[in-house]
Amino acid sequence: MIDFEIDPQTQKRIELFHTVAEQMMRPISREYDEREHDKPWDFLNAMWAASTAPGGDPMGGGDASGQGAAKMRNVYTVATTEELCWGDAGLFLSIPNAGLGGAAVMAAGTAEQKQRFLAPFRGGKPKWGAMAITEPGCGSDSAAVTTTATRDGDHWVLNGNKIFCTSGWMAVEKSEGFVVVWATVDKSAGRPGIKPFVVEHGTPGMSVARLEKKLGIRVSDTAALVFDNCRVPAGHLLGSAEVKRDGGGFKDVMATFDATRPIVAAMAIGVGRAALDFVRGFLAEQKVEIRYGLSPRRLSAVERDFMEMEVQLKAARLLTWRAAWMLDMGMRNSLEASMAKAKAGLAVTLITQKAVELLGPLGYSRRNLVEKWMRDAKINDIFEGTQQINMIIVARRILEYSSKELN
Amino acid sequence: MLSFDLSEEQQMIRDTVGAFARERIRPAARAADESGEIPAALVAQAWQLGLVQGPIPESLGGNGDTRLATTGAIIAEELAYGDLAIAAHVLAPRLVAFPVLEMGTDEQRQRHLKRFTGATFAAASAALMEPRWDFDPQAMTTVARRDGNGFVLDGAKCMVALAGASDTLLVWAASANYDRVDGFLLARDIPGLRVGEREKNMGLKALETFSLEFQGCRVGAEARLGGEGGADFTRAMSQSRVAMAAMGVGVAHAAFDYARDYAKERKAFGVPIATKQAVAFMLADMAIEIDAARLLVWEAAWHLDRGEDAHRESYLARNYVAASALKVADNAVQVLGGHGYIREHPVEMWLRNARGFSALEGLATV
Repeated sequence: MIDFEIDPQTQKRIELFHTVAEQMMRPISREYDEREHDKPWDFLNAMWAASTAPGGDPMGGGDASGQGAAKMRNVYTVATTEELCWGDAGLFLSIPNAGLGGAAVMAAGTAEQKQRFLAPFRGGKPKWGAMAITEPGCGSDSAAVTTTATRDGDHWVLNGNKIFCTSGWMAVEKSEGFVVVWATVDKSAGRPGIKPFVVEHGTPGMSVARLEKKLGIRVSDTAALVFDNCRVPAGHLLGSAEVKRDGGGFKDVMATFDATRPIVAAMAIGVGRAALDFVRGFLAEQKVEIRYGLSPRRLSAVERDFMEMEVQLKAARLLTWRAAWMLDMGMRNSLEASMAKAKAGLAVTLITQKAVELLGPLGYSRRNLVEKWMRDAKINDIFEGTQQINMIIVARRILEYSSKELN
Repeated sequence: MLSFDLSEEQQMIRDTVGAFARERIRPAARAADESGEIPAALVAQAWQLGLVQGPIPESLGGNGDTRLATTGAIIAEELAYGDLAIAAHVLAPRLVAFPVLEMGTDEQRQRHLKRFTGATFAAASAALMEPRWDFDPQAMTTVARRDGNGFVLDGAKCMVALAGASDTLLVWAASANYDRVDGFLLARDIPGLRVGEREKNMGLKALETFSLEFQGCRVGAEARLGGEGGADFTRAMSQSRVAMAAMGVGVAHAAFDYARDYAKERKAFGVPIATKQAVAFMLADMAIEIDAARLLVWEAAWHLDRGEDAHRESYLARNYVAASALKVADNAVQVLGGHGYIREHPVEMWLRNARGFSALEGLATV
């Protein structure tokens, strides 16, 4: 039966997270955007304490350490992610948790590996997990990674450069975290030869080369990592070392994007809603009424713009909820996850740009957060698969084409 | 609890109505568009689906089915996937039956619903739109002035489907001081009402539509839908917008399916054009817009089914569909290129039909 009501348990968490967003994130939003890589430790410690307390939830994107309380875990994750990103998307990305590294462990690791690598995230000091897949020469084309892993006795030796590693600095230098590094064990094998390795903080041979200076989400660190004869124990290769020519392992891991893409879509929606709410409040103050129901030919340009922002955001949210719900129902959702991601990334990019435009010089000014939200929003159109990559995935699915037939 | 599943009953209805749209309506669509006529046999077959008489109580001769806006949206989308004009024709009697069912007095239900429970199609329709560029349901210019026990109607309506054949019309008109809108149930042949010539439209060419002119048209107090208390016009508009938007999704879906299949067949430079990103991305965008539009429609319908106000939701969904259905239909013509412009293919018809959604209101309800 069609139903758009979020379950009461998740609804309660949404309300709690809204308070967190409003009272803990918004007040420091501007300051840490300007300070860039300086971290708001009070906030991060508080979030860590809340998530590791009994009954707490891991807050933040991509976390899959299995603590989610709700029955519909993916719906829960997208709904709460939207709330926290309404507060601040950069701060959301900075929250200590296993992050995308955790998602990779969950997707590719054995039961023993999941326990070993994720248990530290349930207590102690704040920790970060990160994932390193992108390289200077390959982004969306993740099958083209050149970082190598060579077997040497009981170890793998990693060599190569990784960029755009979200929270890589926190995982490597600022906490007892880890990075999941994607490297090829057999270049001639192509995709199936690419394997994930857990590299723990402080492992010799792994270093942070630089932190990127970005358009937005500035409080979140984006690290460039260098692996120079970096040795990790054999047991740090997630899953099986066997190279399956049918594509096996790598395909499974790409399937983790089916779960993480709706989360990024939800991040976008949170930022878009922040901008929409701000504009709504502003127009109300200015006594500009939004007249729903009126003939579109009698609406002012501002009303039309606002309504377009509102409905586009809603459309993106419904697509996102659907993608998350399908996962909770055990359905394959690659098509719907990519639809949600492509739609949300673009919609929110346009919504936040329009918000700046509608407020004129007040939108452009750094006195308000609208310009920041526009800068923050754009990343959602890019990371976890650019809009274009997601469009290709959608196109392949609806046309029933392989990646060879449509590329 | 969040769910995007149709109920078993809804799946059954979707499958039945969808099959009828594909197997019966679609094959008749082009000829109907060209001739301006819908075969009576087809309308009679559609009547057998029970889409109008279904929710009418058994005591009045109907099937006593539960009436849901979500189900109505599914039906409207499926039928419009076959053809918009034929869908609007076969669903038009709902424009009288459903408001009377939900908002009418007992006496009105007794008097007006029985005609929809017979074995043959009972033409009926509502008059909402007015021949003005900025027609606005919230600022209607057709006025019902109180006169003794009854009302006197003055004004003009347009795009009234099946008005030439309808025994009963539901006419929406503003009160003299414009503070409310009421529906009036009246016979087509009463004094003061003139049914104009059949209109000629850009699309929906198979759907007979007419203009109406009211000059001192006197009706009794019993004509007012809902009696003394009147009817909930805002809710009726929301229901209508959900239905129209659902039809827009159906038209867009039809155009998308056709363009996708064509793009996989048609070769250029030795390969199917669908393997070119320029075309594939258009199709991907169309697919995303259709799904987004459908979800917006369902959400508005779901609010209605909970008895909630869906004014904003249905309005936004309707506006979204009006834009996206047009864009999808236009893309479909573009994917077919020159062939899309030729009337041998249906996409140009769907473009003409889709163009209507931003201009038209009140041609269907859930």
